[in-house]
Amino acid sequence: MTVYLLCFILFLVGLYGVLTKRDLIKIVLALTIMANAANLFLILFGYNANAGYPILSEGVVPGPMVDPLTQAMVLTAIVIELGATALLVAFVVRLFQKYKTFDITKIRRLSG
Amino acid sequence: MILPSFIIIPLLATFIITLIAGKKDGWAIVISLIAVSSLFILSLFAFFAMGSQTITYSMGNWPVPYGIVLVMDAFTSFMLIMVSLISLTSLLFSIQYIRQLSMDWKYYALFMLLFSGMNGVIITGDLFNLFVFMEIALLSAFALVAYGSRAEEFEAAFKYAVMGSVSSSIILVGIAVTYGATSTLTLAKIAEILPQKDPVILLWIGGLFMAGFGLKAAAMPFHAWLPDAHSSAPAPISSMLSGVLIKALGVYALIRIFFNVLGAPLIFMQIFMVMGVVSIIIGVFLAIAQWDMKRLLAYHSISQIGYILLGMGLATPLGIIGAVYHLFNHALFKSLLFYNAGAVEMAIGTRDLKRMGNLSKLLPVTSHTSMVASLSIAGIPPFNGFFSKLVIIIAAIQAGQPILAFLAVIGSILTLASFMKVQRYGFRGEREIEKVKTKIGWSMNLAMLSIAVLCLVTSIMIIPGIKEVTLDPVMVAIMNKAEYIQLVMGR
Repeated sequence: MTVYLLCFILFLVGLYGVLTKRDLIKIVLALTIMANAANLFLILFGYNANAGYPILSEGVVPGPMVDPLTQAMVLTAIVIELGATALLVAFVVRLFQKYKTFDITKIRRLSG
Repeated sequence: MILPSFIIIPLLATFIITLIAGKKDGWAIVISLIAVSSLFILSLFAFFAMGSQTITYSMGNWPVPYGIVLVMDAFTSFMLIMVSLISLTSLLFSIQYIRQLSMDWKYYALFMLLFSGMNGVIITGDLFNLFVFMEIALLSAFALVAYGSRAEEFEAAFKYAVMGSVSSSIILVGIAVTYGATSTLTLAKIAEILPQKDPVILLWIGGLFMAGFGLKAAAMPFHAWLPDAHSSAPAPISSMLSGVLIKALGVYALIRIFFNVLGAPLIFMQIFMVMGVVSIIIGVFLAIAQWDMKRLLAYHSISQIGYILLGMGLATPLGIIGAVYHLFNHALFKSLLFYNAGAVEMAIGTRDLKRMGNLSKLLPVTSHTSMVASLSIAGIPPFNGFFSKLVIIIAAIQAGQPILAFLAVIGSILTLASFMKVQRYGFRGEREIEKVKTKIGWSMNLAMLSIAVLCLVTSIMIIPGIKEVTLDPVMVAIMNKAEYIQLVMGR
């Protein structure tokens, strides 16, 4: 239970960072923390401390196994997050070229 | 076998466009038009030929609870018709509009990626697959918002991307909790297993998905990103985002998960009703104060999504019919309004309502179609918006929620007021403008005229006799959770 709680706290750390940080790069980093906390959740739900790896081979007695599906899902999610992070960083670069600042409070040409 | 083609054809078009990209971009337009119009015909055929049947397709021939399953019922094909119809007119509109930004194949490639992502979200019956297609649609939407590469567009795209990533993480946690509780990802199997589990898990799953998909749908507490993103994008993309993206990714996923999977839990339905009414009122109040035409339209999207959520939250057959009908109508008139705004911006170079005027002489097609769209969104009788709002309000009264119905009526009146402002200051304003900067070509006029005609034609969808073949199968598909499980699991 503690592990789940810690994982949830990690998620909230990311959310806190997105909501309060003013630096664009820090916001992107906070988003990465959030996404990785979500990935950790998936891994935790598939993990079992007393289980073996999910490969059936000769000489190994089939027993409880760690769920491989969550790991496959996390792999997919990591790739998606890589794409999203690359796009976000590209936006940050272009924003810096346009506004000459990383401060989100100074980037407000859109109003209302 | 037609199910995978809804994903394969637009993805294939994306790759062909990028492969043959060169100096001449005419082919990109032709390929994307062929792909979208063929899928439009296919989805029309699917909707009217299937009736209330459900067909499934197992990817790679894996049996249902283990592999990814594609599901097509009446609700799916209804949404597919909506998406491909708006995409088709949006592409027609883009031919001239995007040429002034830059004549670019990248636009069409991203557009087709957005289209395939939305089709994938709608057609899939697997929770994680839904997440993947949602990300495909979102990433291309971020890039398309920034397409004009001005400073404001990057600012809007960055905000949109941050909010989109936050909501995706929340949805991923929701998927993790769902998988942890049920050990499956197929929506039908989850729906079967979940009632046997602890009701607290239902609250966790519902809460996480409501926050995640609510952010995508831009319902009231989660709306902050929408006005920036939707008003900064190029006009055809604004119409895609406001018209179909927030519905395919937000409302469709909410309805699918909360009705077909969770079985319409009462507490969430009440939250949706309140969220809907708050969105209606606050969205329209924020809209009425705007002078930027596209920003005004973007705030109205929040308010109109509120009507859909209200109808959905009532969870009565009539409420669902109203919600689905309004979903379709809003896609039509909101995209038409964004086309109008784009045409005006292209013709006289401003979106500010105070600096417009004399448009009914200069741009007859644009101003007449904008009149049709304004009357539709404000709910004036012969047009479709009136009937769908009426159905939702009647459903609210029948469900014993007269206060909510009253607030919905107030929202409708304020919508009328704000569109009178658009017509009075924008299209019939006093400022004398002698000539237009750029002439509006035939393809843009065709896109606007066809949607304006549809605004009038779709109002017959509620007439008894036609309602039985159009809206009723969709309502049955949404309301009948047990049948959904049975049909997908193939028993």
